[in-house]
Amino acid sequence: MIENLNKLFESRIRLGIMSVLAVNDWVDFNSLKEYLNTTDGNLSSHLTALEKVEYIKVRKEFVSRRPKSSYCITAAGKSAFDEHLKALEILINLRK
Amino acid sequence: MHYKVICMNKNGDYIDQLHEIRGLMERSSRFISLSGWSGILAGCYALIGAWFARWYYFGHLGTYMDRFNELISGPDFFSDPGFYGFFVLDAGLVVSFSLITGIILTIRRAKRKGQRIWDRVAQRMLINLAIPLVTGGVFCLLLLHHRLIGLIAPSMLLFYGLSLINASKYTIHDLKYFGLAQVLLGLVAMYFIGHGLLFWALGFGLFHILYGFYMWFKYERESANISA
Repeated sequence: MIENLNKLFESRIRLGIMSVLAVNDWVDFNSLKEYLNTTDGNLSSHLTALEKVEYIKVRKEFVSRRPKSSYCITAAGKSAFDEHLKALEILINLRK
Repeated sequence: MHYKVICMNKNGDYIDQLHEIRGLMERSSRFISLSGWSGILAGCYALIGAWFARWYYFGHLGTYMDRFNELISGPDFFSDPGFYGFFVLDAGLVVSFSLITGIILTIRRAKRKGQRIWDRVAQRMLINLAIPLVTGGVFCLLLLHHRLIGLIAPSMLLFYGLSLINASKYTIHDLKYFGLAQVLLGLVAMYFIGHGLLFWALGFGLFHILYGFYMWFKYERESANISA
């Protein structure tokens, strides 16, 4: 059962990013930082990791001449996240 | 024994993980800081406002139903701008006091819980509330312009209810049922035209107070006890 838990989601920040993106369309970097209560460097390294496996996609634009990155979950990311949630639930029920 | 302890710890971790996931989903998609007290107070302001309107109205005219036809066509009503101006001022004061109270109490509550108030969730909720609400406001002013006075109170209830249903997607779910109640009341008021003030007081007064108490009871009571 444990093998169904996604290794990528062992990190609290990565799991948090997926949780926020699962229920929102596009979320910008600063909002994510606020929800997860973390630093710029930490957040961006985790975002890059999730981007690499194509669980999330990024959109870059300029808002009043400042770059702004927004993130969105992909279909693959959504199903990986759902699998992880299912595995978590089953594990909790098994060990009650 | 040792094995069991490890398992329980692990299990606790999983439960914590699920809790954190749920918390983040809620916080990032729903605006949850609106205080129940603001509903209760808004309801009280509405009742006071309705009482003043009734008092003023009966002070100037005969009984409500006697003047029903004149109210719909409205020559008397508009013969004196100061007369209907009172109702506009009265309603404006109720709305202003309610808004100010709501904003102050919500800021206070969010601060106590360490949440930010003006984030993207709050903005999205307010936009979705404002679009039907402003439409309704302009619509009611146009009713006033066309002297269709009897339709104003039911329209206010209808548009307010629809606005709440629209905003409920971005805040606490219970708001949807509160909105539905306002819409139903608005439809009933549209049938019993001429008793607008009574239905207005019911919807904006009594319903707000009941809903405010319900929200306070459901979401705030415990945290209030802890901080006390």
